Amino acid sequence: MKNSKPFKPGQWVLLLVYWLYVAIPLAWGIWSTLRKAMVLFN
Amino acid sequence: MPGFFSKQRITASPDYNRWLVPPAALSVHLCIGQAYAFSVFNEPLTRVIGGSASAPDDWKLTELGWIFSLAIVFLGISAAFGGKWLEKVGPRLTMFVAACCFGGGFLISALGVFLHQIWLLYLGYGVIGGIGLGLGYVSPVSTLIKWFPDRRGMATGMAIMGFGGGAMIGAPLSVLLMDHFQSTVSVGVIETFLTMGGLYFISMTIGALTIRTPPEDWRPEGWKPPVLRNKMITHRHVHIDQALKTPQFYLLWLVLCLNVTAGIGVLGQASVMIQEIFKGLVTPAAAAGFVGLLSLFNMGGRFFWSTVSDYIGRKSTYFVFFAVGAGLYAAVPSVGMTGNIALFILLYAVILSMYGGGFSSIPAYLADIFGTRYVGGIHGRLLTAWSTAGVLGPVLVNYIREFQIAQGIAKTDAYNVTMYIMAGILLLGFFCNLLIKPVHEKHYMQHDEFDELDGAYPLDEYRNTNPSTLTKTAS
Repeated sequence: MKNSKPFKPGQWVLLLVYWLYVAIPLAWGIWSTLRKAMVLFN
Repeated sequence: MPGFFSKQRITASPDYNRWLVPPAALSVHLCIGQAYAFSVFNEPLTRVIGGSASAPDDWKLTELGWIFSLAIVFLGISAAFGGKWLEKVGPRLTMFVAACCFGGGFLISALGVFLHQIWLLYLGYGVIGGIGLGLGYVSPVSTLIKWFPDRRGMATGMAIMGFGGGAMIGAPLSVLLMDHFQSTVSVGVIETFLTMGGLYFISMTIGALTIRTPPEDWRPEGWKPPVLRNKMITHRHVHIDQALKTPQFYLLWLVLCLNVTAGIGVLGQASVMIQEIFKGLVTPAAAAGFVGLLSLFNMGGRFFWSTVSDYIGRKSTYFVFFAVGAGLYAAVPSVGMTGNIALFILLYAVILSMYGGGFSSIPAYLADIFGTRYVGGIHGRLLTAWSTAGVLGPVLVNYIREFQIAQGIAKTDAYNVTMYIMAGILLLGFFCNLLIKPVHEKHYMQHDEFDELDGAYPLDEYRNTNPSTLTKTAS
């Protein structure tokens, strides 16, 4: 069975960019929803 | 040389970082999750001709409601029929076709609004967009399970959480774009559809281009399949067609359908329900906030519960959903009567987290029972349970409520019986889950079986040690 080998350094940069690419819109969506939800506690 | 979209072309090298795969899946799921925010277009679409107010020739809300319903129906149909195709062609082509359908659906719908032809919206967003939804939903699931054999639940939970998060992006984005594009002559829907169609096509295509499948015999660094195996987790494979001949498939279908029926029914009524139960205390704006909060718990539950299922097992996780869920539903009427809004919100938050968890834990449950090889296709077929529950849940809640009001019961109390019925539905799910046992030996793929899907035999130790026994080859 093959196991994964150590990652190339460039992959860490790619990893960070790619996760930010999906995390930023998601965080914006969550923030928008939370702001709306805050009305409930006012 | 394999084609650009072929399975062989996207097989990763052993040094590929598997954490690059979840963002590829999220690129698709965050887009298609927009479907649950489609209702933000309903009101502007009722005044396309009139502008500031509806004109007699404008579309009615009842006509527009069919767009979303069609999309969900075609999600189920395409996932059921496209699952087998996905296993044959691989995730890249499936995700790209999903991108074309979902993005294209928006463009056709924009044309429909421009020509004021409702059938173009049915065809565009409803049928073609719905096909994109179904294909996009199932396409990364089996790939994630193969990359994360040690954390199947968490991996699929990440992607399916994206579907929940997609609505949270889609709703404010749509409002923002419509506000930007609206003018004295346009409500801004055409331009918004065109922009969103383009954005979603690009994002989903990025996912399709970056998705990678692991080499056939790949395993995470240092991970070995447990020697003392859990009887509920198989390391063999059941063929996609053979899965339909097992009682386990239908029991899992019921498990998903019953869990979703209970959740989806109250989710659609949450805003009206909290305002009627706490009359005078909860304003419409606060009720909208309540729905938003439930969406957050629905999304968070998808990740949380599927990750928990990796530790306590899939069957135990569903036992928690059904037993705790039934108890919470049964407690809602009493909490409503006490007037404790905070506790009421907490109950619903937990209920909705388990509703989301039901969606995200099911692919790993399927992989445990039927093996990982055809889990994408089998999952696609199981999603017909979602379509069924999508109709059953709201109809059940609305019908019971209307019936009670017609009997003279106060609106405040009209939800009590509904909650007890939902608790009963979850108890039924508990027993379905109880009946799930490992698949009978006869259903597993045998070593001499020809796999017509991709012309290959399951790669295992047997193949490595007995190559001469393989008599059939791919044509």
